[in-house]
Amino acid sequence: MANADFKANRPLSPHLQVYRLILTMLMSILHRITGAGLYFGTILMAFWLICAASGPEAYEFANGVFGSWIGRLILFGFTWALVHHMLGGLRHFVWDMGRGFQLEAANWMAKATIIGSVSLTILLWIIGYVVR
Amino acid sequence: MTDMRTPLGKVRGLGSAKDGTQHFWRQRVTAVANVFLITFFVFLVISLQGSDYQTFVETMQNPLVSVLMLLVILVGCYHMKLGMQVIIEDYVHTEGLKLLALMGNIFFSSFIALASAVAVLKISFGG
Repeated sequence: MANADFKANRPLSPHLQVYRLILTMLMSILHRITGAGLYFGTILMAFWLICAASGPEAYEFANGVFGSWIGRLILFGFTWALVHHMLGGLRHFVWDMGRGFQLEAANWMAKATIIGSVSLTILLWIIGYVVR
Repeated sequence: MTDMRTPLGKVRGLGSAKDGTQHFWRQRVTAVANVFLITFFVFLVISLQGSDYQTFVETMQNPLVSVLMLLVILVGCYHMKLGMQVIIEDYVHTEGLKLLALMGNIFFSSFIALASAVAVLKISFGG
């Protein structure tokens, strides 16, 4: 099966296109997308640390990049992805314990994930600007 | 139906991929650690934003900060390696391309982890 001919004209099982988008499904998709985003986002962390390790000029250069409006926009997105993926992960821990599978519970957790991630991201940025 | 599995195979419980629940378990252990580590990382970045080089270096040279930053890097990169592996296995079905992607994932994660860790060590040992 591992080496099956995938180009052959085989019947396909239905995928995303046949389902109406619902919140729990959207949160599942977002969990994966934010995870993949954070994966490549680590380049930013490595860039920041390597610049800092290279000396004061490189450190100031990195600060300039992250401090620019586009830098802040990317970091804002990074923060949201991080918080969203973490809340999504906490939801998975609940499921790991065998709880939260009922329709109301699953829907409630899906809502809490998106509302929580957006609010926490904004709150973190407010804290960031206040302590500056 | 007759069970064709050998008694040894059942006892080992490793399944056809030969590593049982290892991937799942390591994914969850790093996930639990990350809840604490990433929270630390976010507040560290908030407290360091826009600080001058001297302040930055002094903060990073605190042994607790160094250790926690190394854990953020290593645990975070291991977790993301596991996650990206699942994404590749889910979507890349061409055997050759899948192997390349799985290898590339390990190379990328290892490089990011070690490059960041060396940078932290260089700063914390006074550069």
